[in-house]
Amino acid sequence: MKFFHSITLCLTFLALSTVARSEVTPAPQVLATEAERVKVVKRASTAAVAIFEGSGQGGGSGVIISPDGFALTNFHVVAPCGAAMKCGLNDGQLYDAVVVGIDPVGDVALIQLLGRDDFPTAELGDSDKVRVGDWAFAIGNPFLLADDFTPSVSYGLISGVHRYQYPAGTLLEYADCLQTDAAINPGNSGGPLFDADGKLIGVNGRGSFEKRGRVNVGVGYAISINQIKRFLSHLKAGRIVDHASLGFTVSTGEIGRVVVDDILETSDAYRRGLRYGDEIVEFAGREITTANALKTALGTFPRDWVTTLTFRRDGQNQQVSLRLPGVHDPAQLIDMIQEQKEKPLDPPDKPKTKPDDPLDEPQEDEEKKPGPGILPDLQKLLKREPAMPAEVKSRYEEVRGYANYWYNRARQQELWDHFRDANSLEQMGATWQIAGKVDAEEFSLKIGPDRAEMRLPTVKSVALFAGELDTQLSPPGSGGLLVALHLWQRMLDKGLQKFGEVFYLGQLPLGASGEMVDCLVGFHTGMEFRLLFSPENGDLVGLEMFPGDDFDPCVVHFSEYADVAGRRLPMRWQVQHGVKPFADLHLTSWQIDTGTPPATKAAN
Amino acid sequence: MNRTLCQIVCPLALLVVLVDFTRAAAADLHEVVRQTQQKVVKIYGAGGLKQMEAYQSGILVSPEGHVLTVLSYVLDTDDLAVVLDDGRKFQPERIGTDPLRELALLKLPLEEGETLPYFDLRQRPEVEIGDRVLALSNLYGIAAGDEPVSVLQGALTAIAPLDARRGSFTTNYHDDVYVVDAYANNPGAAGGALVNWQGELLGLLGKELKSRITGTWLNYALPTANFAESVDNMIAGRANNIEPPSQLPEESLSTELLGIRLIPDVLRLTPPYIDAVRRGSSAESAGLRPDDLIVFAGGKQIASCRALVEELSYHDQRDEIPLLVLRDGGIVEMVLKLAPEAPAEATGETEP
Repeated sequence: MKFFHSITLCLTFLALSTVARSEVTPAPQVLATEAERVKVVKRASTAAVAIFEGSGQGGGSGVIISPDGFALTNFHVVAPCGAAMKCGLNDGQLYDAVVVGIDPVGDVALIQLLGRDDFPTAELGDSDKVRVGDWAFAIGNPFLLADDFTPSVSYGLISGVHRYQYPAGTLLEYADCLQTDAAINPGNSGGPLFDADGKLIGVNGRGSFEKRGRVNVGVGYAISINQIKRFLSHLKAGRIVDHASLGFTVSTGEIGRVVVDDILETSDAYRRGLRYGDEIVEFAGREITTANALKTALGTFPRDWVTTLTFRRDGQNQQVSLRLPGVHDPAQLIDMIQEQKEKPLDPPDKPKTKPDDPLDEPQEDEEKKPGPGILPDLQKLLKREPAMPAEVKSRYEEVRGYANYWYNRARQQELWDHFRDANSLEQMGATWQIAGKVDAEEFSLKIGPDRAEMRLPTVKSVALFAGELDTQLSPPGSGGLLVALHLWQRMLDKGLQKFGEVFYLGQLPLGASGEMVDCLVGFHTGMEFRLLFSPENGDLVGLEMFPGDDFDPCVVHFSEYADVAGRRLPMRWQVQHGVKPFADLHLTSWQIDTGTPPATKAAN
Repeated sequence: MNRTLCQIVCPLALLVVLVDFTRAAAADLHEVVRQTQQKVVKIYGAGGLKQMEAYQSGILVSPEGHVLTVLSYVLDTDDLAVVLDDGRKFQPERIGTDPLRELALLKLPLEEGETLPYFDLRQRPEVEIGDRVLALSNLYGIAAGDEPVSVLQGALTAIAPLDARRGSFTTNYHDDVYVVDAYANNPGAAGGALVNWQGELLGLLGKELKSRITGTWLNYALPTANFAESVDNMIAGRANNIEPPSQLPEESLSTELLGIRLIPDVLRLTPPYIDAVRRGSSAESAGLRPDDLIVFAGGKQIASCRALVEELSYHDQRDEIPLLVLRDGGIVEMVLKLAPEAPAEATGETEP
């Protein structure tokens, strides 16, 4: 009887609750909005990656951005992984992945998932359009919960944009980042932040925690996708990428005034005329009203980027084009990365030793480094690197200074071969005899392996290539046109392998106008030499030659390609020293002497 | 009959229109956020040691630049700075304090005739559990210079009396607070605004506190209704006249008259602890006890024995003088009034 009673009760309750439920049926547009959100999240989830360190001890999250498996994550996620990692997708499949490029300052890394050419991808958004009050969601692997690789989703509001979060030393700086109250926990690191439409607007990597332990307290930060877009080609080049600096420092004066309080006389900014006491008005198209705003804007650019700076002196605004130097000396950066990689693994869900540590980022801080020189690092000695999967091995090449040289070599070869083959430049000979017009007058140029001679209307110049090249920077005012041409000729003659040290840098803007070019860099007898290619058709659009770190380069812009005896060659050369025009050369003839041993075999 | 109906229906219709209008006007959350951010300020002051952030938040409560914030060590400096949403920086004047609710009122030195956007404390929007709310503050000091403060979202989860502790001490405020599920009370958030999706102020984000029962961090705000009057009083300067009077009263109060013996005044700032209370004295009948620490007298913060003696000298013997004392980690409120003592018994003293 009692039993029946309870059943009746239950039924009544059920009936009641059904009634109650039907009474609060949400409005159709609410249901529609919900359905739409479910759809967006479902789609976005397919591109989310659960990253595990090879031995399964640590990991984080990532997001795939191209069908061939390139995925973004944090540098601090891949740093302990070495070259290889395991990546789970929400279809339950586990893939091998290899590190491609790293940006330790920006805490970004690019990896490639292997084994498919039709990976689901996230659509890149525009993080500059994100506003406070937008809805956003994070997908990832918090606390490494995704045992079956099904990612966790957390929804929230954009709490702030263009935020700046200080680096630890000089690494892991979050400049111009997005702040959200969508839950970002340890393990979410490297995972995507999507806008309400499912477009990728950032890569989560950091949160403010402080005394509350290492769990979300409503303050997470994502690296803006627009920053990452600038670095992407550099990361794809297998490089360790550095960020840009300025060569000068500023302080905030009275409201809205940012004033140069120190400047390096060797910096590009100094050469462009910036001086102590000048007021910074605009940088890279952004109005600058505080020192913080300048730092925020600057932190989103890779080293070598060219952008505009507007400064005010005596009430007059001046706009100049700046080539941004790096934050680090390259060797210094490599050493720092080495230290990061040697840090002991710390699973992200392990509580901090001191929960009240004023730690502001998911990565371990300075004090947790193994004490070098005090005790031998037992953990490292005992740890046996898991064998690298064959697929990863075939795409990994360890070279000091690179995250993965395999990718760099591939890009170099691809660019150069395409340029050479598309323009039939297999045999460019050892000596060129060139003639043409400059300012409606005649000029001529003869350049061979040891010597060049150029006759311009006003001056005749000679350069010898036997000894130190930095004493041969003629014609005067060109910044070293003959040396630049010599290096180009040498590259055409010897090919990439025999030229000297060569690497592919990535894409940079050609001048402040913003046209992007692929940049191949070579070094020879202390000279840095850059070949700039158009990403559209692979044409060589420019040369840059730097006699030293602190000098303006000699720049040659190539255009008006024409057929010359079966080869396709640029017939207009605009020569600049730094930003100062030197000559606009229109070529009328170009004779190539292939006499002495043809370089067919050498030019690979 | 018709008229009566009309009297009812018309305002109703008007109300419906009004409600609809406010809804429509508030349709864009971005705009609400942007406008509300301009009424929240960043405050920088003392602190900076581990776990003692040198910053907090505040809200503008008058067009003339009155800023309401929480009373804390951050304000204990002559170098206090208030930074507005547009990046302008002010050195504020301290107008008043409400020790019970741990609030402080600052005033920005604005130009003559200049006004700022502000929260009107007389507006009290209806609040229900389940309402969606926004918490605006400079938590973690993230917003620097002219950066707008951070915005977090959540729902109002409870309206309940505050039962909290700071360290091992129970806090003094025991009235209702709004409990929210947003992480509203992070370091630096205290003094920020809790608003609804129309941008109307619901309450002031409180200091970082833990639940006395569960030990978890609380996310809460003091409802506007609980502090609006106190703010009015502070703005009006009632009970908060900081300046010493130009003329001393003919017959001033003194510790001796009231029956208070303070501990020996041996330091420049000897804390005004009560050593003994004379039996049958006004102090005893007001409830003062030995070991009480006097923290406020006549609405003014008292930092030393000397300050207390001075403050008493400003009051006439006929005045009532409100006191706040710290006893067993809690604040006790009382009013002292000089009354004739029974002379026969006025011999002994209660010793601690």
